[in-house]
Amino acid sequence: MTADHPIIRVENVSFSYKVNQDQQIPVLQNVSLDVYPGEYLAIIGHNGSGKSTLSKHLNGILTPKTGDVYVNQINTRDRERIYEVRSQVGMVFQHPDNQIVATIVEDDVAFGLENIGIAAHEMRERIDASLEAVGMSAFRHRPPHHLSGGQKQRIAIAGILAMRPQCIVLDEATSMLDSYGRQDILAVIRKLHREGMTIVTVTHHMSEVAEADRVVVMEAGQIVLQGTPREVFAHQERLRELHLDVPDASRIAALVHQQWELFSPNLIANEEVVEEVNRHVIKQAEASGT
Amino acid sequence: MTSPIVDVTDLSHVYMQGTPLAHQALDRVSIQVERGECIAIIGHTGSGKSTLIQHLNGLMRPQSGKVIVNGLDVSDPKVDIRLLRRQVGLVFQNPEDQLFEKLVGDDIAYGPFKMGLPIAEVKERVEWAMELVGLSFDEMKDRPTFALSGGQKRKVALAGVLALRPHVLVLDEPTAGLDPRSRNELLQRIRRLNVEEGLTVIFVSHNMEEVARLAQRVYVMANGQIACEGTPRHIFGNSSLLQEHHIGTPEAVDILYQLREQGYAVDTGSFLPEEAAAEILNLIKR
Repeated sequence: MTADHPIIRVENVSFSYKVNQDQQIPVLQNVSLDVYPGEYLAIIGHNGSGKSTLSKHLNGILTPKTGDVYVNQINTRDRERIYEVRSQVGMVFQHPDNQIVATIVEDDVAFGLENIGIAAHEMRERIDASLEAVGMSAFRHRPPHHLSGGQKQRIAIAGILAMRPQCIVLDEATSMLDSYGRQDILAVIRKLHREGMTIVTVTHHMSEVAEADRVVVMEAGQIVLQGTPREVFAHQERLRELHLDVPDASRIAALVHQQWELFSPNLIANEEVVEEVNRHVIKQAEASGT
Repeated sequence: MTSPIVDVTDLSHVYMQGTPLAHQALDRVSIQVERGECIAIIGHTGSGKSTLIQHLNGLMRPQSGKVIVNGLDVSDPKVDIRLLRRQVGLVFQNPEDQLFEKLVGDDIAYGPFKMGLPIAEVKERVEWAMELVGLSFDEMKDRPTFALSGGQKRKVALAGVLALRPHVLVLDEPTAGLDPRSRNELLQRIRRLNVEEGLTVIFVSHNMEEVARLAQRVYVMANGQIACEGTPRHIFGNSSLLQEHHIGTPEAVDILYQLREQGYAVDTGSFLPEEAAAEILNLIKR
């Protein structure tokens, strides 16, 4: 296979936090993972399973104790090329307030560009396009602290888009948002993904996971399960052991299936449950009609 | 008749009063919470929820209106504020920002220690609080707080408040950032504290599954006012109310609403997955 080099290659990475002289807490153990161009990857795992630590390795915020991470074949240990790495893989964090630096929205979006010395006219173009992409153009002259959490996260995403990355990593970027704010962010992610952006999202919301192409499940610093959302959510019991869950849609489908075997247990989205109900009702209407 | 443990009457608050940026965050808000109740406060961002709960332990004092908690009048400048804060434990939305000790056990022990409790009781309370939030005392008490994951930090912050043994527990987004198991466990533990120990619980949440599972009664806030009040069944069963106030629905309810839109007769007040499954079985089992 020559085509499709991974954008990010994680090779046998281990990482630990040093507690004191003679004690280390291992967080990642021999993790290997490839992220391919255009992929939408979800990383799940319970609190403390290592998923955030893994995501912080993807653009060199952390570097491995052992093993290597490559972004477009650049080793993230190479501190001289770290700006290249970071402009190719951008990161959105959990707390909206912690990643806003400027007092006006467009200045905040411009911040990264100023740091890498982009010419003024190009900066303007990039800011316009980024704010447009997240649906926040109307807010460009507003002070960010008056925005809602979801709007702040969209500004954070715009700031990353302005760097023209190939991949965006979202580390629980929706967990502090209300359901409307979350829907806004998900809509932005969906759109970026459709347009070819590589997405890596770390989340506890199983309904968000259902939208990804591939799911990686972490436990005790290792990858213990991976596959499409449908494959992964079929392991309800295993996920529960791992302190995780399935979307409510899957749980409801499984409950109905227990009582009514013909009802598919393997559903992951609300719309699929509604369709499955339709299918059964129509089939029965036909059966009783003949 | 006993008086409510939390009694808020006509509470108003204007931020930056007297300036062009004046913003009315609370507008004649009244809520009454009985001893032992478990209450959710929901509403869109900026509806006034956080401003309201900061009055409950005296972090904010009423500009107008009255706030009485367990007999203590928060509007009285001479109120014993330390006593009030011991009785009302408030856990903020980003509780991990509240951690300041190097070690987990020390952080949780800080409050009880400052209360002047004997060291044996401090230890007992720390153990109790850690068990309650699902942190192993032996394994975690000597962990440095910097090496914790986001979810673990939240648990430590919550344990620190519970160790004060408050009468009223006020939580701002208690489970944001927790994994599903930790979330369910924490909700069960809060319920147990509520049911078995009679702790009064008031929580602000964006997570409607959580509201549906935990709350006995829900206040919906909008534009600094109480827009309505009722049981979760009442609130989630009313789609126009949900839309008007930008309230999300639990996923189970969303499925039922979609089914109703397609003409099926379903009870949209059924907000738990088990109930939604029963509704669906009714439709297909003929």
